[in-house]
Amino acid sequence: MPHNLLNVITLVSVGAHPVTGRARRAEQDARAVELGLRLAGKELQLLHAGDPQVEALRAYLGMGLAEMTVLQQPPRADVVPALGDYLRDAGAQLVLTGSQAEVGEGSGMLPYLLAEQLDWPLVVGLAEVESVTEGVAQVLQALPRGQRRRLQVRLPFVASVDNAAPEARQSAFGPARRGQLRPQDVAVVEDMLLEEARLQPARPRPKRLKVIKAKTGAERMKAATAKASAGGQVLTDMTPEQGAEAIVTLLRDEKVLR
Amino acid sequence: MLDTLLPILMFCALALMLLGAWRRVSLWRQGRPSPVSLMRGLAAMPRRYLVDLHRVVERDTYMSRTHVATAGGFVLAALLAIIVHGFGLHHRLLGFALLGATVLMFCGALFVAKRRRNPPARLSKGPWDRLPKSLLMFSVSFFVVTLPVAGILPGDVGGWGLALLLLAGVAWGIAEMFFGMTWGGPMKHAFAGALHLAWHRRAERFGDGRSTGLKALDLEAPDAPLGVEKPTDFTWNQLLGFDACVQCGKCEAACPAFAAGQPLNPKKLIQDMVIGLAGGNDADFAGSPYPGVPLGEHSGGPHQPIVNLQGKGLVDADTLWSCTTCRACVEECPMMIEHVDAIVDMRRHLTLEQGATPNKGAEVLDNLIATDNPGGFNPGGRLNWAADLNLPLMSEKKQADVLFWVGDGAFDMRNQRTLRAFVKVLKAAGVDFAVLGQEERDSGDVARRLGDEATFQRLARRNIASLAQYRFDRIVTCDPHSFHVLKNEYGALGGNYQVLHHSTYMDELIADKRLTLGQHKGGSVTYHDPCYLGRYNGEYEAPRSVLKAIGIEVKEMERSGFRSRCCGGGGGAPITDVPGKQRIPDMRMNDIKETGAELVAVGCPQCTAMFEGVVEPRPHVKDIAELVADALVDAPAPATQKPVARPDVLEVH
Ligand code: SF4
Ligand code: SF4
Repeated sequence: MPHNLLNVITLVSVGAHPVTGRARRAEQDARAVELGLRLAGKELQLLHAGDPQVEALRAYLGMGLAEMTVLQQPPRADVVPALGDYLRDAGAQLVLTGSQAEVGEGSGMLPYLLAEQLDWPLVVGLAEVESVTEGVAQVLQALPRGQRRRLQVRLPFVASVDNAAPEARQSAFGPARRGQLRPQDVAVVEDMLLEEARLQPARPRPKRLKVIKAKTGAERMKAATAKASAGGQVLTDMTPEQGAEAIVTLLRDEKVLR
Repeated sequence: MLDTLLPILMFCALALMLLGAWRRVSLWRQGRPSPVSLMRGLAAMPRRYLVDLHRVVERDTYMSRTHVATAGGFVLAALLAIIVHGFGLHHRLLGFALLGATVLMFCGALFVAKRRRNPPARLSKGPWDRLPKSLLMFSVSFFVVTLPVAGILPGDVGGWGLALLLLAGVAWGIAEMFFGMTWGGPMKHAFAGALHLAWHRRAERFGDGRSTGLKALDLEAPDAPLGVEKPTDFTWNQLLGFDACVQCGKCEAACPAFAAGQPLNPKKLIQDMVIGLAGGNDADFAGSPYPGVPLGEHSGGPHQPIVNLQGKGLVDADTLWSCTTCRACVEECPMMIEHVDAIVDMRRHLTLEQGATPNKGAEVLDNLIATDNPGGFNPGGRLNWAADLNLPLMSEKKQADVLFWVGDGAFDMRNQRTLRAFVKVLKAAGVDFAVLGQEERDSGDVARRLGDEATFQRLARRNIASLAQYRFDRIVTCDPHSFHVLKNEYGALGGNYQVLHHSTYMDELIADKRLTLGQHKGGSVTYHDPCYLGRYNGEYEAPRSVLKAIGIEVKEMERSGFRSRCCGGGGGAPITDVPGKQRIPDMRMNDIKETGAELVAVGCPQCTAMFEGVVEPRPHVKDIAELVADALVDAPAPATQKPVARPDVLEVH
């Protein structure tokens, strides 16, 4: 049921195919567009900060949208201020994003920084918006292993989607070609971090090996599907220093820190 | 009295006929323009009718003779009747000629009536059951009213009673034959059929020609529609073509999707297009419906979308996605209607405008865009199957006699066996060949047939650019789909090559005595003609002659050669995967089993995959290249394989 009066804006970025690295619509962003389309239909607005000449952006328009606003930004700019200003001025009620960009920094920080700047709530892992009544949205948040948590959030808010959100519809050539990329000139803010830091290819994160001492198939099944870890301890009533101390001890034990 | 009433009746009918013709023509003219020459087409029409069309009709001798008698008799009788009874030219000789014509027509009509007594399911009922009666009525009444003209009977015999009876008979006859011809009766096929032949969109098909490549969409023209959404998006001569259908059902009988119980019947599809052209619903359709889709629920009009994704339009999307593009319908159609063109035109709209390619379609298209192969494999692995074969690369050699087009089968473990076998054959024959390696991309066949003309053209243009860097005489490939696309569909985009299927090339190598072959050991063999090699490109002989050279006597299936039944793998059908009552490859495997053969020889990676997907026990499936490679006798030459190929390679500069 499209909420036609809801002002929904989906933030989209240029993605990269995992095998060939070719520019494409980013997987999670496309899901965010899909969610937006289900909510607002053709009224959904798309927003990108970057280069309006990039053809891959048209893949989002191919999902059936007539236009996209592009805040013109050079490659290494900090886009958060520009996005935040635009969203506030545009009167957005719901801002949808992917969880993490497929190229560039890909820190996954954008939704958080944006919510902080706007001082709006942030819902991560949005799976479905069930209803919006009187400025309050009832949404489902995706948790690990297919669980869902029902939340009530006051508009306006930012929500990021991951792979639990509905799969994006096919992008069609006709609407992609016809759609308009509307560039807007906005102030450019240098990214302080990129000024001093250097980018290097990410290394895969180390994964803890699960030692399974199961004898029967049923036990193996249980071990494979059980929650990651039931061990550890819950620390309460501690000073921050004591907490940090405990964490460092654990990391030493696990040989993450030497 | 007859002398005054007959001319009035006839000229009224003729006038109405002209009015109907004008109306029908204006219906067709709603379509988009098409570059055909009107005058040259009309001039070529008689020959196309007498030679090309009859070549198809003659496959059914009974019907061809019946049609010659009925149609010939009718045309003659009608012309003479207009002269004799219309203009009142009561000449005795003309009278006798008219009598003769009506007798001929009568005889033909009797056979039409006979076929209608226990009609096969493919024939339409309704008005089509009335037609033989009308034919008989026309010929008998004109025979009797002409008797006085020939001087056999006095003019006043029988008095008023007979005269009235005759008048009624003549009225019925000319109502069906003249009026019905242009107002949508069964005789419409004669009127529309003749013009359809004249202005056919594939004039190359006539005079022993072949024209099977899909026509390119102009993607540069921003306001040309991307495919067909509503009937008026067809070209006017496509609309005319739909109108030519005689509802003979030959296409229905040949269609593998219909036989498998998928919701497609090519005959009904063409009739639905006629409904769309004129407006209305399908309740009155008098033939077999789409399997599982009741009549009367679908309707359309010239400016309404044919497929309605939210509700019911004229045709359901599943109908269009059931087609394997096997062209069996086109091959059988006596009116030379182009079903596949129409289906792909409508698919283009669904994919390019609606983004509604069903099932795995979207994923496959995304893969093609991002990785140049439908499986989404890393394009860098395109030559992994040949890691140990030392294949000469075009990028190193720059030129070769033969460019071996590997195809996407390179990513499929089963097909890699075929490819390796063919390389073995090439090396044994000392052929100077090379591959594109990672510069090769999917040919675009599947994308195009799924309606994604944009992705097809993108892939094609990049392939053409790769090919343009090198010099070679011919392209040889083991994949009939790549073969067809490279040979017949790249031309429109500027890539013209001489392309051979590997069976044709091996046949040549054998004829040139470049292969030392033993005999095939391992039981009886049948051969399955791939649609894209046979019907699309007319190659039926080479595979059989290669098999013969290794001592195989093919146990032919009933449906072989141009009547070969599709394996179910073409046109993206395994990707869109529309459910039916049974699977097409299972049906084809039954055809294969009926021959009692222990092995089926194939010449296409798709066919191999489809047949090997049929549960065992079943005959083994082997590509012709594998059979030939197995039958290779090591040449008596002292050198072993590798050095045989190498010096050849080095000589090239
Ligand atoms: S091309 Fe083949 S599957 Fe498609 S309608 Fe014709 S006969 Fe049926
Ligand atoms: S389309 Fe051709 S083969 Fe099919 S019913 Fe009509 S005339 Fe016959």
